[in-house]
Amino acid sequence: MTAPLSLTDRPQLRRGVRAATDPLSDETVLLFPEGVLILNETAAVVVRQCDGCLSVAEVVQAVGEVYDGVAVEDVMSLLRDLITQNLLVANRG
Amino acid sequence: MDRPLGLLAELTYKCPLHCPYCSNPLTVPQAAELTLDEWYRVLIEARQLGVLQLHLTGGEPLARPDLTPLVARARDLGFYVSLVTSGVGLDLQRARELASAGLDHVQLSIQDADRISADEVAGARVFNRKLAAARAVTALELPLTVNVVLHRGNIGRIGPIADLAAELGADRLELAHTQYYGWGLLNRSALLPTRDQVATAEQAVARARATHDDTLEILYVVADYYEAYPKPCMHGWGRRHIVIAPDGRALPCPAAAQIAGLGIDNVRERSLSAIWHHSPTFTRFRGYDWMHEPCRSCPLKETDFGGCRCQAFQLTGDAARADPACQLSPDHHLVEAALQVAGPLHQPWHPRSNPSVS
Ligand SMILES: C[S@@+](CC[C@H](N)C(=O)[O-])C[C@H]1O[C@@H](n2cnc3c(N)ncnc32)[C@H](O)[C@@H]1O
Ligand code: SF4
Ligand code: SF4
Repeated sequence: MTAPLSLTDRPQLRRGVRAATDPLSDETVLLFPEGVLILNETAAVVVRQCDGCLSVAEVVQAVGEVYDGVAVEDVMSLLRDLITQNLLVANRG
Repeated sequence: MDRPLGLLAELTYKCPLHCPYCSNPLTVPQAAELTLDEWYRVLIEARQLGVLQLHLTGGEPLARPDLTPLVARARDLGFYVSLVTSGVGLDLQRARELASAGLDHVQLSIQDADRISADEVAGARVFNRKLAAARAVTALELPLTVNVVLHRGNIGRIGPIADLAAELGADRLELAHTQYYGWGLLNRSALLPTRDQVATAEQAVARARATHDDTLEILYVVADYYEAYPKPCMHGWGRRHIVIAPDGRALPCPAAAQIAGLGIDNVRERSLSAIWHHSPTFTRFRGYDWMHEPCRSCPLKETDFGGCRCQAFQLTGDAARADPACQLSPDHHLVEAALQVAGPLHQPWHPRSNPSVS
Protein backbone atom coordinates (compact mmCIF):
# COMPACT_ATOMS: atom_id res chain seq x y z
CA MET A 1 0.00 0.00 0.00
CA THR A 2 1.46 3.37 -0.96
CA ALA A 3 0.17 6.43 0.79
CA PRO A 4 -1.02 9.21 -1.48
CA LEU A 5 1.12 12.33 -1.29
CA SER A 6 1.29 15.46 -3.40
CA LEU A 7 3.84 18.25 -3.69
CA THR A 8 1.49 20.69 -2.00
CA ASP A 9 0.92 18.58 1.15
CA ARG A 10 2.52 19.90 4.32
CA PRO A 11 3.85 16.83 6.10
CA GLN A 12 4.32 16.72 9.82
CA LEU A 13 5.24 14.10 12.39
CA ARG A 14 2.12 12.46 13.72
CA ARG A 15 0.95 13.38 17.21
CA GLY A 16 2.94 11.30 19.67
CA VAL A 17 5.98 10.98 17.40
CA ARG A 18 9.07 12.87 18.47
CA ALA A 19 12.45 13.29 16.75
CA ALA A 20 15.39 13.05 19.14
CA THR A 21 19.11 12.42 19.17
CA ASP A 22 20.32 9.01 20.25
CA PRO A 23 22.65 9.58 23.21
CA LEU A 24 24.92 6.69 22.17
CA SER A 25 25.31 7.21 18.41
CA ASP A 26 24.24 10.84 17.93
CA GLU A 27 21.95 9.65 15.14
CA THR A 28 18.46 11.07 14.75
CA VAL A 29 15.78 8.72 15.99
CA LEU A 30 12.01 8.86 15.86
CA LEU A 31 10.41 7.95 19.16
CA PHE A 32 6.78 6.87 19.32
CA PRO A 33 4.54 4.76 21.54
CA GLU A 34 5.34 1.49 19.82
CA GLY A 35 9.07 1.90 19.49
CA VAL A 36 12.02 3.59 17.88
CA LEU A 37 13.14 4.21 14.30
CA ILE A 38 16.75 5.14 13.59
CA LEU A 39 17.01 7.53 10.63
CA ASN A 40 19.93 7.70 8.25
CA GLU A 41 21.52 11.11 7.75
CA THR A 42 19.49 12.11 4.71
CA ALA A 43 16.22 10.91 6.20
CA ALA A 44 17.01 12.91 9.32
CA VAL A 45 17.49 16.09 7.31
CA VAL A 46 14.21 15.46 5.48
CA VAL A 47 12.22 14.71 8.61
CA ARG A 48 13.55 17.75 10.43
CA GLN A 49 12.00 19.91 7.70
CA CYS A 50 8.57 18.34 8.11
CA ASP A 51 7.08 20.95 10.40
CA GLY A 52 3.57 21.04 8.99
CA CYS A 53 4.24 24.45 7.41
CA LEU A 54 6.61 23.60 4.57
CA SER A 55 5.09 21.86 1.58
CA VAL A 56 6.66 18.74 0.14
CA ALA A 57 8.08 20.89 -2.68
CA GLU A 58 9.63 23.23 -0.12
CA VAL A 59 11.01 20.32 1.88
CA VAL A 60 12.69 19.01 -1.27
CA GLN A 61 14.15 22.44 -1.91
CA ALA A 62 15.42 22.80 1.67
CA VAL A 63 17.03 19.37 1.54
CA GLY A 64 18.59 20.31 -1.79
CA GLU A 65 20.42 23.11 -0.01
CA VAL A 66 22.14 20.51 2.19
CA TYR A 67 22.71 17.76 -0.37
CA ASP A 68 23.38 18.07 -4.08
CA GLY A 69 21.20 16.24 -6.51
CA VAL A 70 18.24 15.44 -4.29
CA ALA A 71 15.62 13.58 -6.31
CA VAL A 72 12.02 14.60 -5.64
CA GLU A 73 10.98 10.99 -5.99
CA ASP A 74 13.43 9.85 -3.28
CA VAL A 75 12.13 12.36 -0.78
CA MET A 76 8.55 11.50 -1.62
CA SER A 77 9.15 7.80 -1.28
CA LEU A 78 10.70 8.32 2.16
CA LEU A 79 7.75 10.45 3.24
CA ARG A 80 5.26 7.91 1.91
CA ASP A 81 7.08 5.20 3.77
CA LEU A 82 6.81 7.15 7.05
CA ILE A 83 3.13 7.81 6.38
CA THR A 84 2.52 4.09 5.84
CA GLN A 85 4.25 3.41 9.15
CA ASN A 86 1.88 5.91 10.82
CA LEU A 87 4.76 8.16 11.83
CA LEU A 88 3.96 11.09 9.56
CA VAL A 89 0.75 12.76 8.42
CA ALA A 90 0.46 14.37 4.99
CA ASN A 91 -1.81 17.37 5.79
CA ARG A 92 -3.54 17.74 2.46
CA GLY A 93 -2.48 20.98 0.85
CA MET B 1 26.14 -6.56 21.84
CA ASP B 2 22.58 -5.33 21.69
CA ARG B 3 21.61 -2.40 23.84
CA PRO B 4 18.40 -2.00 25.75
CA LEU B 5 15.91 0.40 24.16
CA GLY B 6 13.04 0.23 26.63
CA LEU B 7 12.73 0.38 30.39
CA LEU B 8 9.52 -0.83 31.99
CA ALA B 9 9.34 0.76 35.40
CA GLU B 10 6.83 -1.04 37.58
CA LEU B 11 6.37 1.69 40.15
CA THR B 12 4.11 -0.25 42.50
CA TYR B 13 2.09 -3.45 42.60
CA LYS B 14 -0.73 -1.64 44.37
CA CYS B 15 -3.85 -1.37 42.28
CA PRO B 16 -7.45 -0.47 43.08
CA LEU B 17 -8.78 -2.84 40.40
CA HIS B 18 -9.19 -6.60 40.24
CA CYS B 19 -8.82 -7.67 36.60
CA PRO B 20 -8.85 -11.47 36.44
CA TYR B 21 -6.41 -11.40 33.48
CA CYS B 22 -3.84 -9.26 35.30
CA SER B 23 -0.33 -10.36 34.40
CA ASN B 24 1.10 -9.22 37.73
CA PRO B 25 2.55 -11.90 40.03
CA LEU B 26 0.35 -13.46 42.70
CA THR B 27 3.02 -13.15 45.36
CA VAL B 28 6.02 -10.87 45.74
CA PRO B 29 8.95 -10.71 48.18
CA GLN B 30 8.49 -8.36 51.09
CA ALA B 31 10.55 -5.28 50.25
CA ALA B 32 9.96 -1.55 50.16
CA GLU B 33 9.20 0.18 46.85
CA LEU B 34 12.05 2.14 45.29
CA THR B 35 12.00 5.75 46.41
CA LEU B 36 11.91 8.68 44.00
CA ASP B 37 15.66 9.18 44.45
CA GLU B 38 16.33 5.55 43.72
CA TRP B 39 14.25 5.79 40.55
CA TYR B 40 16.21 8.90 39.52
CA ARG B 41 19.42 6.91 39.79
CA VAL B 42 17.94 4.02 37.77
CA LEU B 43 16.87 6.46 35.05
CA ILE B 44 20.34 7.97 34.79
CA GLU B 45 21.91 4.53 34.56
CA ALA B 46 19.37 3.45 31.97
CA ARG B 47 20.08 6.51 29.87
CA GLN B 48 23.80 5.72 29.97
CA LEU B 49 23.00 2.26 28.64
CA GLY B 50 21.16 3.85 25.72
CA VAL B 51 17.55 3.33 26.79
CA LEU B 52 15.24 5.62 24.80
CA GLN B 53 11.78 4.67 25.98
CA LEU B 54 10.38 4.66 29.49
CA HIS B 55 7.09 2.93 30.28
CA LEU B 56 5.70 3.80 33.69
CA THR B 57 3.51 0.92 34.75
CA GLY B 58 2.59 -1.31 37.69
CA GLY B 59 0.17 -2.13 39.39
CA GLU B 60 -1.32 1.29 39.05
CA PRO B 61 1.42 3.91 38.57
CA LEU B 62 -0.99 6.71 39.52
CA ALA B 63 -0.95 5.24 43.03
CA ARG B 64 2.52 6.82 43.38
CA PRO B 65 2.08 10.39 44.60
CA ASP B 66 5.56 11.23 43.24
CA LEU B 67 4.72 10.32 39.64
CA THR B 68 4.86 13.88 38.30
CA PRO B 69 8.44 14.66 39.38
CA LEU B 70 9.50 11.27 38.02
CA VAL B 71 7.99 12.11 34.63
CA ALA B 72 9.66 15.52 34.66
CA ARG B 73 13.08 14.05 35.42
CA ALA B 74 12.65 11.35 32.79
CA ARG B 75 11.83 13.94 30.12
CA ASP B 76 14.83 16.03 31.20
CA LEU B 77 17.01 13.00 30.65
CA GLY B 78 15.58 12.62 27.14
CA PHE B 79 13.31 9.59 27.50
CA TYR B 80 10.10 9.14 25.54
CA VAL B 81 7.77 8.75 28.51
CA SER B 82 4.61 6.63 28.38
CA LEU B 83 2.20 6.20 31.23
CA VAL B 84 0.48 2.80 31.26
CA THR B 85 -2.58 3.19 33.42
CA SER B 86 -6.05 2.00 34.29
CA GLY B 87 -7.04 5.67 34.38
CA VAL B 88 -8.28 5.42 37.95
CA GLY B 89 -6.97 8.57 39.61
CA LEU B 90 -6.46 10.47 36.37
CA ASP B 91 -8.66 13.52 36.68
CA LEU B 92 -8.14 16.62 34.57
CA GLN B 93 -5.86 18.23 37.14
CA ARG B 94 -3.55 15.22 37.47
CA ALA B 95 -3.50 14.82 33.70
CA ARG B 96 -2.59 18.49 33.31
CA GLU B 97 0.23 18.13 35.85
CA LEU B 98 1.63 15.12 34.03
CA ALA B 99 1.30 16.79 30.65
CA SER B 100 3.20 19.85 31.81
CA ALA B 101 5.88 17.58 33.29
CA GLY B 102 6.41 16.41 29.71
CA LEU B 103 4.54 13.11 29.51
CA ASP B 104 4.69 11.93 25.88
CA HIS B 105 1.90 9.37 25.69
CA VAL B 106 -0.80 7.68 27.72
CA GLN B 107 -1.89 4.08 27.34
CA LEU B 108 -5.18 3.68 29.12
CA SER B 109 -6.77 0.29 29.64
CA ILE B 110 -10.50 -0.23 29.36
CA GLN B 111 -12.11 -3.57 30.15
CA ASP B 112 -14.99 -3.53 27.68
CA ALA B 113 -17.35 -1.26 25.75
CA ASP B 114 -20.24 -2.51 27.84
CA ARG B 115 -20.29 -0.70 31.19
CA ILE B 116 -21.72 -3.53 33.26
CA SER B 117 -19.32 -6.16 31.93
CA ALA B 118 -16.42 -3.73 32.18
CA ASP B 119 -17.10 -2.99 35.83
CA GLU B 120 -17.58 -6.64 36.59
CA VAL B 121 -14.14 -7.46 35.17
CA ALA B 122 -12.49 -4.47 36.85
CA GLY B 123 -14.16 -5.45 40.12
CA ALA B 124 -15.18 -1.83 40.73
CA ARG B 125 -17.51 0.77 39.27
CA VAL B 126 -14.90 2.65 37.28
CA PHE B 127 -16.09 2.57 33.67
CA ASN B 128 -17.36 6.16 33.67
CA ARG B 129 -14.24 7.40 35.44
CA LYS B 130 -12.07 5.72 32.84
CA LEU B 131 -13.98 7.43 30.04
CA ALA B 132 -13.53 10.75 31.85
CA ALA B 133 -9.81 10.01 32.20
CA ALA B 134 -9.54 9.27 28.48
CA ARG B 135 -11.32 12.54 27.68
CA ALA B 136 -8.99 14.46 29.99
CA VAL B 137 -6.03 13.01 28.10
CA THR B 138 -7.36 13.89 24.66
CA ALA B 139 -8.57 17.32 25.81
CA LEU B 140 -4.93 18.09 26.64
CA GLU B 141 -3.92 16.86 23.16
CA LEU B 142 -1.81 14.10 24.69
CA PRO B 143 -1.57 11.07 22.41
CA LEU B 144 -3.82 8.30 23.67
CA THR B 145 -3.69 4.56 23.14
CA VAL B 146 -6.68 2.67 24.44
CA ASN B 147 -5.71 -0.85 25.48
CA VAL B 148 -8.24 -3.63 25.81
CA VAL B 149 -7.22 -7.10 26.96
CA LEU B 150 -9.29 -9.66 25.08
CA HIS B 151 -10.84 -12.72 26.66
CA ARG B 152 -13.98 -14.74 26.13
CA GLY B 153 -16.15 -12.19 27.92
CA ASN B 154 -15.41 -9.18 25.69
CA ILE B 155 -14.11 -10.72 22.48
CA GLY B 156 -17.54 -10.48 20.85
CA ARG B 157 -17.61 -6.69 21.21
CA ILE B 158 -14.66 -5.57 19.09
CA GLY B 159 -16.87 -3.33 16.92
CA PRO B 160 -18.32 -1.38 19.87
CA ILE B 161 -14.88 -1.23 21.52
CA ALA B 162 -13.38 0.36 18.40
CA ASP B 163 -16.31 2.79 18.17
CA LEU B 164 -15.79 3.76 21.80
CA ALA B 165 -12.04 4.29 21.33
CA ALA B 166 -12.74 6.47 18.29
CA GLU B 167 -15.38 8.44 20.13
CA LEU B 168 -12.94 9.06 23.00
CA GLY B 169 -10.51 10.56 20.49
CA ALA B 170 -7.85 7.86 20.85
CA ASP B 171 -5.04 7.79 18.28
CA ARG B 172 -4.52 4.07 18.71
CA LEU B 173 -6.42 1.06 19.92
CA GLU B 174 -4.49 -1.95 21.11
CA LEU B 175 -6.55 -5.11 21.21
CA ALA B 176 -4.36 -7.63 22.99
CA HIS B 177 -5.35 -11.19 23.72
CA THR B 178 -4.74 -12.21 27.29
CA GLN B 179 -1.24 -13.53 27.88
CA TYR B 180 -1.40 -16.23 30.51
CA TYR B 181 0.83 -15.02 33.34
CA GLY B 182 0.12 -14.26 36.96
CA TRP B 183 -3.60 -13.91 37.58
CA GLY B 184 -4.24 -14.54 33.92
CA LEU B 185 -2.75 -18.03 34.20
CA LEU B 186 -4.65 -18.69 37.41
CA ASN B 187 -7.89 -17.70 35.65
CA ARG B 188 -7.05 -19.23 32.30
CA SER B 189 -10.01 -21.56 32.16
CA ALA B 190 -12.40 -18.66 32.70
CA LEU B 191 -10.70 -16.43 30.12
CA LEU B 192 -9.72 -18.58 27.12
CA PRO B 193 -11.91 -17.91 24.11
CA THR B 194 -12.74 -20.60 21.55
CA ARG B 195 -11.08 -20.88 18.17
CA ASP B 196 -14.36 -19.72 16.61
CA GLN B 197 -14.47 -16.67 18.83
CA VAL B 198 -10.91 -15.80 17.83
CA ALA B 199 -11.69 -16.22 14.12
CA THR B 200 -14.79 -14.03 14.42
CA ALA B 201 -12.77 -11.45 16.34
CA GLU B 202 -10.20 -11.28 13.57
CA GLN B 203 -12.94 -10.51 11.06
CA ALA B 204 -14.31 -7.87 13.41
CA VAL B 205 -10.85 -6.29 13.64
CA ALA B 206 -10.66 -6.09 9.84
CA ARG B 207 -14.09 -4.44 9.71
CA ALA B 208 -13.20 -1.98 12.49
CA ARG B 209 -10.00 -1.07 10.64
CA ALA B 210 -12.00 -0.35 7.50
CA THR B 211 -14.53 1.76 9.45
CA HIS B 212 -11.98 3.84 11.36
CA ASP B 213 -9.28 3.88 8.73
CA ASP B 214 -8.44 7.58 8.83
CA THR B 215 -8.58 8.28 12.52
CA LEU B 216 -7.82 5.23 14.61
CA GLU B 217 -4.85 2.92 14.24
CA ILE B 218 -5.82 -0.56 15.43
CA LEU B 219 -3.13 -2.90 16.71
CA TYR B 220 -4.08 -6.49 17.25
CA VAL B 221 -1.98 -8.79 19.42
CA VAL B 222 -2.79 -12.37 18.47
CA ALA B 223 -3.86 -15.21 20.76
CA ASP B 224 -0.64 -17.21 20.92
CA TYR B 225 -2.37 -20.41 22.05
CA TYR B 226 -4.10 -20.50 18.66
CA GLU B 227 -1.09 -19.58 16.54
CA ALA B 228 1.24 -22.01 14.81
CA TYR B 229 4.39 -20.31 16.10
CA PRO B 230 5.04 -18.43 19.32
CA LYS B 231 5.35 -14.71 19.82
CA PRO B 232 8.83 -13.10 19.75
CA CYS B 233 8.53 -12.50 23.47
CA MET B 234 10.09 -9.16 24.55
CA HIS B 235 11.93 -9.19 21.16
CA GLY B 236 14.30 -11.69 22.67
CA TRP B 237 15.41 -12.29 26.22
CA GLY B 238 17.71 -9.57 27.53
CA ARG B 239 17.91 -8.03 24.09
CA ARG B 240 15.75 -4.88 24.02
CA HIS B 241 14.05 -4.37 27.38
CA ILE B 242 14.70 -4.11 31.08
CA VAL B 243 11.92 -4.42 33.63
CA ILE B 244 12.40 -3.02 37.10
CA ALA B 245 9.98 -4.41 39.68
CA PRO B 246 8.67 -2.06 42.40
CA ASP B 247 11.33 -3.29 44.86
CA GLY B 248 14.21 -2.81 42.40
CA ARG B 249 14.62 -6.34 41.06
CA ALA B 250 15.84 -6.16 37.47
CA LEU B 251 14.23 -8.59 35.04
CA PRO B 252 14.16 -9.27 31.31
CA CYS B 253 10.35 -9.41 31.34
CA PRO B 254 7.56 -8.69 33.82
CA ALA B 255 6.89 -12.39 34.45
CA ALA B 256 10.49 -13.59 34.77
CA ALA B 257 10.74 -13.54 38.57
CA GLN B 258 8.84 -16.83 38.78
CA ILE B 259 11.56 -18.75 36.92
CA ALA B 260 13.42 -20.67 39.61
CA GLY B 261 17.16 -20.32 39.99
CA LEU B 262 17.74 -17.25 37.84
CA GLY B 263 19.77 -15.37 40.44
CA ILE B 264 17.89 -12.08 40.25
CA ASP B 265 19.83 -8.87 40.83
CA ASN B 266 18.49 -5.69 42.35
CA VAL B 267 19.31 -2.13 41.27
CA ARG B 268 19.76 -1.35 44.96
CA GLU B 269 22.83 -3.59 44.98
CA ARG B 270 24.28 -3.52 41.48
CA SER B 271 24.55 -0.98 38.71
CA LEU B 272 22.14 -1.35 35.83
CA SER B 273 25.05 -1.68 33.44
CA ALA B 274 26.56 -4.57 35.44
CA ILE B 275 23.12 -6.17 35.56
CA TRP B 276 22.49 -5.78 31.84
CA HIS B 277 25.88 -7.17 30.87
CA HIS B 278 26.54 -9.77 33.56
CA SER B 279 23.50 -10.64 35.64
CA PRO B 280 22.74 -14.34 35.15
CA THR B 281 19.08 -13.37 34.88
CA PHE B 282 19.86 -11.45 31.70
CA THR B 283 22.56 -13.68 30.23
CA ARG B 284 20.85 -17.02 30.84
CA PHE B 285 18.62 -17.00 27.72
CA ARG B 286 20.33 -14.28 25.70
CA GLY B 287 21.17 -15.23 22.12
CA TYR B 288 20.77 -18.79 20.87
CA ASP B 289 23.31 -20.98 22.68
CA TRP B 290 20.92 -22.04 25.43
CA MET B 291 18.46 -23.52 22.94
CA HIS B 292 17.69 -27.21 22.57
CA GLU B 293 15.95 -28.86 19.66
CA PRO B 294 13.63 -28.17 17.94
CA CYS B 295 14.64 -24.50 18.26
CA ARG B 296 18.40 -24.96 17.89
CA SER B 297 18.23 -25.92 14.22
CA CYS B 298 14.99 -24.06 13.43
CA PRO B 299 15.18 -21.23 10.88
CA LEU B 300 12.52 -19.29 12.79
CA LYS B 301 14.66 -18.91 15.90
CA GLU B 302 15.90 -15.49 14.78
CA THR B 303 12.32 -14.34 14.38
CA ASP B 304 10.69 -15.64 17.55
CA PHE B 305 13.71 -16.42 19.78
CA GLY B 306 12.07 -19.72 20.71
CA GLY B 307 9.05 -17.89 22.16
CA CYS B 308 8.47 -17.09 25.78
CA ARG B 309 10.76 -18.46 28.51
CA CYS B 310 8.19 -17.81 31.21
CA GLN B 311 5.51 -19.69 29.32
CA ALA B 312 7.93 -22.60 28.82
CA PHE B 313 8.70 -22.62 32.53
CA GLN B 314 5.07 -22.32 33.62
CA LEU B 315 3.86 -25.12 31.42
CA THR B 316 6.83 -27.54 31.48
CA GLY B 317 8.87 -26.59 34.55
CA ASP B 318 11.92 -25.98 32.31
CA ALA B 319 12.46 -22.45 31.01
CA ALA B 320 14.95 -23.65 28.38
CA ARG B 321 12.43 -25.66 26.39
CA ALA B 322 10.66 -24.37 23.28
CA ASP B 323 7.57 -22.32 24.05
CA PRO B 324 4.76 -24.92 24.15
CA ALA B 325 2.61 -22.52 22.10
CA CYS B 326 4.78 -23.57 19.13
CA GLN B 327 3.29 -26.44 17.13
CA LEU B 328 6.81 -27.87 16.70
CA SER B 329 7.32 -28.05 20.46
CA PRO B 330 7.24 -31.57 21.93
CA ASP B 331 5.15 -30.01 24.72
CA HIS B 332 2.51 -28.52 22.43
CA HIS B 333 -0.06 -31.00 23.79
CA LEU B 334 -0.01 -28.95 27.01
CA VAL B 335 -1.46 -25.98 25.16
CA GLU B 336 -3.89 -28.15 23.27
CA ALA B 337 -5.07 -29.64 26.55
CA ALA B 338 -5.60 -26.17 27.97
CA LEU B 339 -7.72 -25.28 24.93
CA GLN B 340 -10.11 -28.08 25.83
CA VAL B 341 -11.49 -25.83 28.55
CA ALA B 342 -11.96 -22.89 26.17
CA GLY B 343 -15.59 -21.99 25.93
CA PRO B 344 -17.82 -19.02 25.31
CA LEU B 345 -19.57 -19.23 28.66
CA HIS B 346 -19.03 -17.11 31.68
CA GLN B 347 -17.27 -18.81 34.58
CA PRO B 348 -16.30 -17.50 37.98
CA TRP B 349 -12.74 -16.22 38.33
CA HIS B 350 -10.34 -15.19 41.08
CA PRO B 351 -10.34 -11.39 41.20
CA ARG B 352 -6.84 -9.93 41.34
CA SER B 353 -5.99 -8.69 44.80
CA ASN B 354 -2.89 -6.80 45.84
CA PRO B 355 -0.08 -9.37 45.83
CA SER B 356 0.56 -11.25 49.01
CA VAL B 357 4.04 -11.47 50.44
CA SER B 358 5.95 -14.71 49.98
C1 LIG C 1 -0.30 -4.91 34.25
S1 LIG C 1 -1.02 -3.44 33.58
C2 LIG C 1 -0.42 -2.17 34.67
C3 LIG C 1 -0.93 -0.77 34.33
C4 LIG C 1 -2.37 -0.46 34.68
N1 LIG C 1 -2.77 -1.00 35.94
C5 LIG C 1 -3.31 -0.91 33.58
O1 LIG C 1 -3.99 -1.91 33.77
O2 LIG C 1 -3.36 -0.26 32.55
C6 LIG C 1 -0.10 -3.12 32.10
C7 LIG C 1 -0.84 -3.36 30.78
O3 LIG C 1 -0.96 -4.74 30.56
C8 LIG C 1 -2.28 -5.07 30.21
N2 LIG C 1 -2.47 -6.43 30.71
C9 LIG C 1 -2.70 -6.82 31.97
N3 LIG C 1 -2.75 -8.16 32.06
C10 LIG C 1 -2.52 -8.63 30.81
C11 LIG C 1 -2.44 -9.95 30.25
N4 LIG C 1 -2.58 -11.03 31.01
N5 LIG C 1 -2.19 -10.07 28.93
C12 LIG C 1 -2.02 -8.97 28.16
N6 LIG C 1 -2.07 -7.71 28.62
C13 LIG C 1 -2.32 -7.55 29.94
C14 LIG C 1 -3.12 -4.01 30.87
O4 LIG C 1 -4.37 -3.84 30.23
C15 LIG C 1 -2.24 -2.80 30.70
O5 LIG C 1 -2.41 -2.22 29.44
S1 SF4 D 1 -5.61 -5.40 38.03
FE1 SF4 D 1 -6.07 -4.45 36.05
S2 SF4 D 1 -5.74 -2.29 36.42
FE2 SF4 D 1 -4.71 -3.38 38.09
S3 SF4 D 1 -2.58 -3.71 37.44
FE3 SF4 D 1 -3.71 -5.49 36.80
S4 SF4 D 1 -4.34 -5.03 34.71
FE4 SF4 D 1 -3.78 -3.08 35.64
S1 SF4 E 1 10.84 -24.60 17.10
FE1 SF4 E 1 11.55 -22.97 18.42
S2 SF4 E 1 12.47 -21.44 17.05
FE2 SF4 E 1 11.23 -22.84 15.77
S3 SF4 E 1 9.24 -21.85 15.61
FE3 SF4 E 1 9.11 -23.23 17.38
S4 SF4 E 1 9.67 -21.99 19.15
FE4 SF4 E 1 10.32 -20.84 17.31
